[in-house]
Amino acid sequence: MVDIINSKAASVRFEGVSKTYGTDVLAVDDISLTIEPSTLVTLLGPSGCGKTTTLRMIAGLEIASKGRILIGDKDVTKLPATDRDVSMVFQSYALFPHMTVMENVAYGLNYSGFNKAESRDRAIAGLEIVGLAGFEKRLPSELSGGQQQRVAVARALVLEPQVLLFDEPLSNLDAKLRRQVREEIREIQQNLGLTVVYVTHDQEEALAVSDRIIVMRNAAIAQEGTPRELFEAPVDAFVADFIGEANLIPCQIEKVTGEMADISIGDYQYSLPARGMSPGAATVAVRPSRVQILASGTPDMISANIAKATYVGGHMEYTLDTPFGALFAMSGDVDQPFAVDQEVAMSFSGSGPVLLPKR
Amino acid sequence: MRTDHSEAVSQPVLIFWIIIGWVGFMVLPWYALEDVFFSFEWLFDGYPFDSDYAPAAFLVTQGEKLWLAPLVLPIVAVLAAIGRVKSDPLYAKILIASSAFGFAWLLFQGFGIGLRGWQFGTLEALFGPLGDRQFGMGYGAMFMALSFLFLFTQGVAARGAINGDVFVVSAIGGVIAVITIFVFFPIAKMLTAAFITEDQTYSVVVFLSKFLDDRLWGVSCLSGGGKCGVAWNSLFLAVSVGAITTVLGLVFALVVTRSGFKHKRVLRALTVLPIITPPFVIGLAIILLFGLSGSVTTFVADVFGIQPTRWVYGLPGVMIAQVLAFTPIAFLVLIGVVEGVSPSMEEAAQTLRASKWQVFRTVSFPLMRPGLANAFLLGFIESMADFGNPLVLGGNYDVLSTEIFFAIVGAQYDQGQAAVLAIVLLAFTLGAFYAQRFWLGKKSYTTVSGKGDAGVHPTMPSRLAIPVYVVAIVWALFTVVIYCMIVFGSFVELWGVNNTLTFKHYVTAFSFSWGDGDIRWTGAAWNSFWTTIQIAAIAAPLTAALGLLTAYLLTRQNFAGKSSFEFGTMLSFAIPGTVIGVSYILAFNVPPLELTGTGIILVISFVFRNMPVGVRAGIASMSQLDKSLDESSLTLGANSWQTFRRIILPLLKPAILAALVYSFVRAMTAVSAVIFLVSAEYDMATSYIIGRVENNDYGLAIAYSTTLIIVMLVAVGAMQLAVGRTAIGRRMSTKPES
Repeated sequence: MVDIINSKAASVRFEGVSKTYGTDVLAVDDISLTIEPSTLVTLLGPSGCGKTTTLRMIAGLEIASKGRILIGDKDVTKLPATDRDVSMVFQSYALFPHMTVMENVAYGLNYSGFNKAESRDRAIAGLEIVGLAGFEKRLPSELSGGQQQRVAVARALVLEPQVLLFDEPLSNLDAKLRRQVREEIREIQQNLGLTVVYVTHDQEEALAVSDRIIVMRNAAIAQEGTPRELFEAPVDAFVADFIGEANLIPCQIEKVTGEMADISIGDYQYSLPARGMSPGAATVAVRPSRVQILASGTPDMISANIAKATYVGGHMEYTLDTPFGALFAMSGDVDQPFAVDQEVAMSFSGSGPVLLPKR
Repeated sequence: MRTDHSEAVSQPVLIFWIIIGWVGFMVLPWYALEDVFFSFEWLFDGYPFDSDYAPAAFLVTQGEKLWLAPLVLPIVAVLAAIGRVKSDPLYAKILIASSAFGFAWLLFQGFGIGLRGWQFGTLEALFGPLGDRQFGMGYGAMFMALSFLFLFTQGVAARGAINGDVFVVSAIGGVIAVITIFVFFPIAKMLTAAFITEDQTYSVVVFLSKFLDDRLWGVSCLSGGGKCGVAWNSLFLAVSVGAITTVLGLVFALVVTRSGFKHKRVLRALTVLPIITPPFVIGLAIILLFGLSGSVTTFVADVFGIQPTRWVYGLPGVMIAQVLAFTPIAFLVLIGVVEGVSPSMEEAAQTLRASKWQVFRTVSFPLMRPGLANAFLLGFIESMADFGNPLVLGGNYDVLSTEIFFAIVGAQYDQGQAAVLAIVLLAFTLGAFYAQRFWLGKKSYTTVSGKGDAGVHPTMPSRLAIPVYVVAIVWALFTVVIYCMIVFGSFVELWGVNNTLTFKHYVTAFSFSWGDGDIRWTGAAWNSFWTTIQIAAIAAPLTAALGLLTAYLLTRQNFAGKSSFEFGTMLSFAIPGTVIGVSYILAFNVPPLELTGTGIILVISFVFRNMPVGVRAGIASMSQLDKSLDESSLTLGANSWQTFRRIILPLLKPAILAALVYSFVRAMTAVSAVIFLVSAEYDMATSYIIGRVENNDYGLAIAYSTTLIIVMLVAVGAMQLAVGRTAIGRRMSTKPES
């Protein structure tokens, strides 16, 4: 049964797309991007960065003010939502409250030229994929939040869309369900080979589900890449801080030799991958988990003072007073925590810190 | 498969409207048929060659009404659009050009040529005398106009308006067209009528002399002696009534929301009263109480030996009646306002050590102020527009709405005078309406989203509670007495003179007998009663449909000029019924739209008078429906019409029902516009009752009014039951339960 739902996954391409509301509100500013078929790409960014508008332009719910949008090889720039082969899972799920689960899932099929029997079979197959076979007669109000979410996914899936869109699909679920549902979504996407565009503001969620992530800021793309690229090689301070927290410390690049750069932070000297930068002022980003703290260390380590110590169960969180300002650090050692006001020695682990342009 | 969707739909729709156009030109009688709009007698009476019944095509081929011939051009031209794809630029061009030409020519010949040939001197000078004439437009013209209108909107949609959505563009076009024809056109006609002189030319001097007349603006009453101008009378009355109803409404709202009062449901039921009460009925009850032979008057005369007077006829009577009638409206508005003040703000103030009275004075009341102003303006508009009570109780205190009536029906029959008075009245109500929407619209505090407001409203401070209770109890008792009077009065032989109980009035009005195997409706009231039910039943679904469609466009679609569109649709709320009545008489008495004396004009006047009610009901419930429901339907491949029909309408059932019943009931109680538009054949209950009152036949009038109130109470009650039941099956929130 399940086999009758296939994928017609297509690519999505934006060429210099802008969206203005009214005369002067610029929601999306001249972005270009390509989403390969059968990949899951996340649009990530703080609220108001234009990620939802971008998603809605793929859906055809907003029409671009400028530029071209292609799905597959077809120019859909001016095509309204009804006529695009794209379906969407909404943040609120938007299940029709007056229709049963079956009617909801079959809704789009009825408008896609399938006859009654085909629609039924496909709807049932769709419900099987999301693990809700047997719930056909229920009303949405008789389902839990997670089940409603899955109905919404099934409803979008059964149309075999060229692109499937998710608008913050997990934000109405409680924390435990989130992990489970996001794994299910990823599994379905990979099994059926769907092209999925996924909007979220939760960086952990984005890192977990995506093939690629597009980080947006102020209506433009800040960086695009695989989760690992973004986490380990952010292009600027914004991305470094948004994808996982980071301590951003001003530094000076003294000299560049080959791939490596010698930098100084105050009196302390380090050597880091240069990433194409030349001598001058710069920023170094250090993840809290890459800060090492010792009760007493060697002379080349930085001496610091524990300003705050917080026990959060799985690990300890510290705020350190250092010669170059406050630093946030995490330590897995919860059994012998440092005390507040304790003098400690601190260093950065070898591969952790990343050199960034001056902010 | 979904990408072919739009092409698949556009062709049948296009062909349908082209066929309608051809039918209008070739098959249906072009001109309006005398009194037989809903019958098909014409089919057997000389059709299609008799020139009264002939379609335009037959008229032209017989060499008559040759000015209709050019209409064949656009309907031939649009044929070229068939088979073309929507994205073809020629498709849009053909549709827009031919339908615009067709519509323009239709209007030109309709307005240019009337009962006496050329309508305008310039046309006569240009083309010479015509020697022919034409009557009002009929089925044929109507079909063609519809065809042109919707072919035009399809052309506009094909050019990319509203993302090429034919349904939305057509809906917008349709609503604009009907509002233009039935709201703006009559008003414009009335404005020009104010400038017409006795010899049918236009003159500003005539307008000014009527406009600046002492009867309108005189102030001799201030200096003692003489009467004040009608405009001042109306203004003074409306301001007082607005202020008093606002205070009383606030009092009741405070009792309901801010006190431990147990029977709040009873008080809330009060809000139904103005809906089901014909406006002049309160006036009748006032006469039964305070009139020359009223109960209170005779009691006071007996006990204190005071000579009965006619004091109640005039300002006091009208004011009491209007305050009684409109307080529930202010109450309804102010319940929302008082409840809308966020409890957490009041709780915050309390935790900041303000006493209850200080909280009320410094937080609650200031937050209510815009709502109070709103209630005041509503009372003002209602009082200005009220026609029934001043007619029944006005005495020598003339107000604008009744003066308009007397200018039209009185011995003077001065349309120009009526138009000038109507313009003044319209200026007042529109001013208030404008202030309400644009000045208050920006100031309301109560529209702040109630996010996370789980607080409880504090009860009133006692220094406020005591006077509030006293006023509320007194006024509630008074209202109850008034309604008892109405029911009781209908059973009394002759009020104040012969107080024996009798069914006589009911028998006169509603008797029926069995004869020849069927019921014979022998009562005097049946004719108008059935007409009223019939007209109201036809008007109600039209009102609801138009209102909800407009609400859908306003809440769900974005288009250029949306705010003026909204203003236009809500405008008819601010146009007093008397003004509608006068303007309809002026606009629809002559071709191209001859509607006076028909039932249609009554239906139309109700539809456009009550449309804002449907719009409001629709907007209120549609804004509770999450927009993502529509969007998900669209992304699933349904078009906007399918979305409207399968998602929005089913979820709006309660609103639809409410709009239906409400417009039905309002059509039954309306009097102001109706009284100008009724005819011998189509008499309405309210105008019949007014006629009885003018003949001093109070018993029958009150018995009839009581019957109407009961009929409407049943209707509203049935609706409340039905809506209550559907509300259980309605789940607006699609959020998870957690």
